Amino acid sequence: MQPKSRSSVPSSTVAIEVSDVSKTFRKHSEPAKTLKERLLTLRSSTVEDFHALRDVDFEVLSGETFGILGHNGSGKSTLLKCVAGTIRPSQGVVRVRGRLSALLELGAGFHPDLTGRENVYLNGSILGFSRVGIDRIFDDIVAFAGLEDFIDTQVKHYSSGMYARLGFAVAVNLEPDVLLIDEVLAVGDEAFQRKCIERVRGFQADGRTICLVTHSPEQVRGLCDRAMVLDHGRLIYVGDVSEAIATYRQSLAEQGEEIPGEEVDRIELVDDSPVRFTDVWIDPPPDGRSAFEPGDRVTIGTRFDAQGVVPVRGHLWVHSHDGTLMVNVSTLDLIGTDVYASGPGGELKFVIENMPFTDGHYLVTMVLQAPAETREYDRNEQQLTFEVFTGGAVHGPVKLDLRLDTNITTPAPTAI
Amino acid sequence: MTAVHQQDLPPLLENGNRPPDLVSRVRDIWNYRELLVNLVRRELKVRYKDSILGFLWTLLNPLLYLAVFSVVFGVILRANVPRYGLLLLSGLLAFNLFSVGLSGATVSITGNGPLVQKVWFPREILPLAAIGANLITFCFQLLILMFGLAVFRQAPEWGMLWLVIPALIVTLMIGTGLGLLLSAINVHFRDVQHFLELGLLTWFWFTPIVYVYNFVGQALIDRWGPSAERFAMLNPMTPVVTTFQRVVYNPTNFGPEQQADFTLLLRPTSWYLQNLAISAVFGVVFLYLGFKVFTRLEANLGEEL
Repeated sequence: MQPKSRSSVPSSTVAIEVSDVSKTFRKHSEPAKTLKERLLTLRSSTVEDFHALRDVDFEVLSGETFGILGHNGSGKSTLLKCVAGTIRPSQGVVRVRGRLSALLELGAGFHPDLTGRENVYLNGSILGFSRVGIDRIFDDIVAFAGLEDFIDTQVKHYSSGMYARLGFAVAVNLEPDVLLIDEVLAVGDEAFQRKCIERVRGFQADGRTICLVTHSPEQVRGLCDRAMVLDHGRLIYVGDVSEAIATYRQSLAEQGEEIPGEEVDRIELVDDSPVRFTDVWIDPPPDGRSAFEPGDRVTIGTRFDAQGVVPVRGHLWVHSHDGTLMVNVSTLDLIGTDVYASGPGGELKFVIENMPFTDGHYLVTMVLQAPAETREYDRNEQQLTFEVFTGGAVHGPVKLDLRLDTNITTPAPTAI
Repeated sequence: MTAVHQQDLPPLLENGNRPPDLVSRVRDIWNYRELLVNLVRRELKVRYKDSILGFLWTLLNPLLYLAVFSVVFGVILRANVPRYGLLLLSGLLAFNLFSVGLSGATVSITGNGPLVQKVWFPREILPLAAIGANLITFCFQLLILMFGLAVFRQAPEWGMLWLVIPALIVTLMIGTGLGLLLSAINVHFRDVQHFLELGLLTWFWFTPIVYVYNFVGQALIDRWGPSAERFAMLNPMTPVVTTFQRVVYNPTNFGPEQQADFTLLLRPTSWYLQNLAISAVFGVVFLYLGFKVFTRLEANLGEEL
């Protein structure tokens, strides 16, 4: 944000304006780091230009949550650095109106030898806030991070979780007008992630501007009003979220990359378990499609072997990618009684008629539990996944049968 | 209502491909003065963290110099320079203000990599903080010098004492200018910080700190005539160090025969001011160069680190 100047004609609606921004890096065949190497390779070095960004042009309106999607190496981070001002574009201009806070790396700029308290003030002033301003919200920061007992401890004694919590707490409690978020929502445990997302929603409610860089389409779907897609440094789409996600998937597919999904380690099986899954599956979407559409029937099936006759309660959980629990149901809920597995080849199928979910990536967990005990016979955690793609406008996380009743006329009334 | 709201908005931040101009950059630094203060505080706090004596270490260093050189040159070698420890310390502290600050400034960008990569603030703050922290250290070390004056019952030259102020300003100008220059270049060529060590060692010995200025001045006069003495001032630290020696060490405290080695220092205020003006010209040039180079190289600091 090098030259800083007061604009005489402020346009109040645009928070971030990126005009024709290009960024070119000189790439040496081998990075010459010392003077001698530079001098020796002065003539022979093959310098090639690497275009990290080419003529990127878009605007983020104030109060908007804007998603930036792109494959690895598409220039997302370079773009965000240009917006944050840590690197200068080779061409074009980035204008940001408002106080900017970047959630680029939690706790960047913390000094290990300083206490949490000292680091909060230091970090605040790095982000451009005054001591008085930080005084006012200091208690909120500490409470949000949940570090009341450790705030006067040197941060080198913090766990990485505490470190991240304090960093996040500082960045979000300073009440920036514009918040840049780079992938950080992907770190931390689930509880912390939920807290972050809650906070982001709070920001949205306050009408602040958020710019979210991610390669998770689900986060964009869940949080953003508009989105853009970068592909090899070029802006290939900006606008509607569904369209952006479709474009992003297409750009990934062209590269032969898979859409990133969750990978969860299989929980170790108890040796003496009397019931075991032998197979779990989801019937594929109809008509040879690769993704389900709302209204489709989704059948999630399990097959298991039992030693003797064993009472079993089967559970089905479906999570959306951002961790929201969409389905939580058991055999007891469905038929009012537990089932008995006997011998090999038992089968349970959960059939979801008129599946109502909208676009996203869904993760399936199935558990075989001993009734009236907390013990689990077997668990298949988030190995099965399915995609939903509506192909049209989406009005929320579920597709409802919606209708409008009104007594007013649809043609515009004549002007008075 | 919209108008009121717009007034509340912070200024528009702009990041284009042109380096910022001096005026807007100085304003940026001013806006971030609180960060500067906090970084200076951090630097000082962290330096002696977890040590029992803490900040006292800052004072022990010059105290040791004072004691050792007083004993070695006053008692063992019986040098004919009276109160050698005081002479050395008055020049050394001034030179250290420059050299330690410059060393710290040079590695300030490379040493704060994560910060520079992730968050924008006027990066000049980092070398400035290194120099600022050293200035604070210097002020405390002056206490030891004063303590030394009191112990040896010496008085500074009260009438010329104010010369210390322009001397300090000139030192900070030179240190800051070179600090900006080298800190940015050091990101691209780490050779700079190693070269600087040798450079400062050389610079130290070419400055009349350990030996008296008379040796330098007299040698130049003997060789090329009286006006050649000016060449000594091509080392911009010489005017600073000689000013400190004249004012703080104050050779007029001693008898005529002991002043023999200081004849060239017994000059009027105007002589010192002229010399400091020459150093100030160096300072302005360094500051300008430093700023120019810094703002040019700054464009990719976030990537090069």
